[in-house]
Amino acid sequence: MNLHEYQAKQLFAQYGLPVSEGVAAKTPKEAAAAADTIGGDKWVVKAQVHAGGRGKAGGVKLVSSKDEIIAFAKAQLGTNLVTYQTDEKGQPVNIILVETCTDIAQELYLGAVVDRASRRITFMASTEGGVDIETVAENTPEKILKAEIDPLVGAQPYQARQLAYKLGLNPTQVKQFTKIFLGLAAMFEDKDFALLEINPLVITDEGNLHCLDGKIGIDGSAVLRHPDLQDMYDPTQEDERERLAAEWDLNYVALDGNIGCMVNGAGLAMATMDIIQLKGGKPANFLDVGGGATKERVIEAFKIILSDESVEAVLVNIFGGIVRCDLIAEGIIGAVEEVGVKVPVVVRLEGNNAELGAEVLRKSGLNIIAAEGFNDAAEKVVASVGGA
Amino acid sequence: MSVLINKDTKVICQGFTGAQGTLHSEQAIEYGTKMVGGVTPGKGGTTHLGLPVFNTVADAVEATGADASVIYVPAAFCKDSIIEAADAGIELIVCITEGIPAIDMLYVKEYVVRKGVRLIGPNCPGIITPGECKIGIMPGHIHQVGKVGIVSRSGTLTYEAVHQTTALGFGQSTCIGIGGDPIPGTTFIDALELFQNDPQTEAIIMVGEIGGTAEDEAAAYIKEHVTKPIVSYIAGVTAPAGKRMGHAGAIIAGGKGTAAEKFAALEAAGVKTVANPSEMGLALKELTGW
Repeated sequence: MNLHEYQAKQLFAQYGLPVSEGVAAKTPKEAAAAADTIGGDKWVVKAQVHAGGRGKAGGVKLVSSKDEIIAFAKAQLGTNLVTYQTDEKGQPVNIILVETCTDIAQELYLGAVVDRASRRITFMASTEGGVDIETVAENTPEKILKAEIDPLVGAQPYQARQLAYKLGLNPTQVKQFTKIFLGLAAMFEDKDFALLEINPLVITDEGNLHCLDGKIGIDGSAVLRHPDLQDMYDPTQEDERERLAAEWDLNYVALDGNIGCMVNGAGLAMATMDIIQLKGGKPANFLDVGGGATKERVIEAFKIILSDESVEAVLVNIFGGIVRCDLIAEGIIGAVEEVGVKVPVVVRLEGNNAELGAEVLRKSGLNIIAAEGFNDAAEKVVASVGGA
Repeated sequence: MSVLINKDTKVICQGFTGAQGTLHSEQAIEYGTKMVGGVTPGKGGTTHLGLPVFNTVADAVEATGADASVIYVPAAFCKDSIIEAADAGIELIVCITEGIPAIDMLYVKEYVVRKGVRLIGPNCPGIITPGECKIGIMPGHIHQVGKVGIVSRSGTLTYEAVHQTTALGFGQSTCIGIGGDPIPGTTFIDALELFQNDPQTEAIIMVGEIGGTAEDEAAAYIKEHVTKPIVSYIAGVTAPAGKRMGHAGAIIAGGKGTAAEKFAALEAAGVKTVANPSEMGLALKELTGW
């Protein structure tokens, strides 16, 4: 689950980190009022979407009058912002962040992730702030400084000092950096972050460190234990079908092919997409119905798959472990009847009572093609949409 | 021989009286696993499935001499359960539960490493030595006593590999589901080392998927240390970048962790890779001449 910049900055403020004074506005009127609340005669207005690259896409603007704020809010709110990180549709803008203006002397980068290889929360800092950090990592990896947090002892101040001196900060800034680093490390663990980025972390004209942007990803497995973060969930930033699927505990990811897939198990679901492509077809989605492929879940899965109008056939691939394949077959038949599936459905059932399951499908009289094995299923479904 | 578990492994279940614990303990007992009891706080002193229930893992270990524990408790409580098992002297902990927060796993993994305790999972089907001991949720009946060691990040793809090697009559020595999470207790390298040193295991099937670098690290290890024939398949060639494909660990992040990179690393290490997941068994037949 991702947070908006304004939400990230609210958390930063809770942990005593230096952020600009800002107000999140939902209407042009609120945005103009925000300027009064904040005061001053220059502001930055920023469209709030779950994607980077907003500046280049026109989603961030320096303004010096309320008219400009209103004009920006009117132009942005209710539209979709397309950046290099979004798809061609872009992400909807429903909130504008109005902030005080910060004079920038230098831009740094500070981020952290749960690093799988080292099994540590790993901080990354760089003097190359304000640009795409992946490009920095690719071209000049020596410019990325790292600090690993030992899970059993936690972040230590010396780790912050080490980074700060390498970044070339002066003694006052080293102290400020240490406070920011320890605050972020505490937040990361307290709030179950998966990813954190301050890009840029700026040095102001007065020489102070300041968090100018904030990007936070929360570990989806941990959201349940953070009611405060649950309130920050913004469904408008999610793909509609993926969001619906999640409500049924189904894992769905849309792809751009024409063969819908319904599979139990994430690995087998990916393998099913792969084998379809290998046979010359194009998968329309990833969908894991999970271990308990009950009739209700299968019905919902069919509805989600078929809501994609490009789907011309569906491949159901179930390796029944503990559950009986004949029961799954009945679930599929029930679902096909109830949903009114009009495209060909190829079904491969393996495992417990697989033959009985295939027989149930054959006798159903529906447009269901029973496959003999994984390979055969892929070939049959590709053939059903006109072949490779 | 087999790896980690055999017919003498004494197994307890944490979360024993819950729906999952009950269902899979029943199946394990039916398969012949030497289940010796279970743990459910507050139900100590009672009997479930004909076996004693204990309040704590320490009590269970003291009374039964259990060496292994399988965990079916909800994700929010798994950190506590795994550390409890490790502290009670359990040598092999198998955690089936999906959805444990990654930060919890950072602590847990570090803790079991420092304790010298083996953890398999979480978010995995478990481990099975066919004909001897089944710890987890895999369907026992598809397995066959044999000579292929299988290690996989995916449950259902483990079943695929099992199904294919059973159909060809090779059977399996031991199958280890290491799970689909970003911070697994047991890695490919751990499993490969065990299989390399196990006389019953004559060949290995390794099933990976997109996300992380575990397969690349395994490839480097294979090059140096593994002499047994290996067939490998990596799921997710068609997976888009930046999207989590069901498993918490299956995500191509920052352009890293693609199937193509992993296939290339494994091939360079002398592993026979297959692009078609239905051909893992056939590739093994070709590679070994069986």
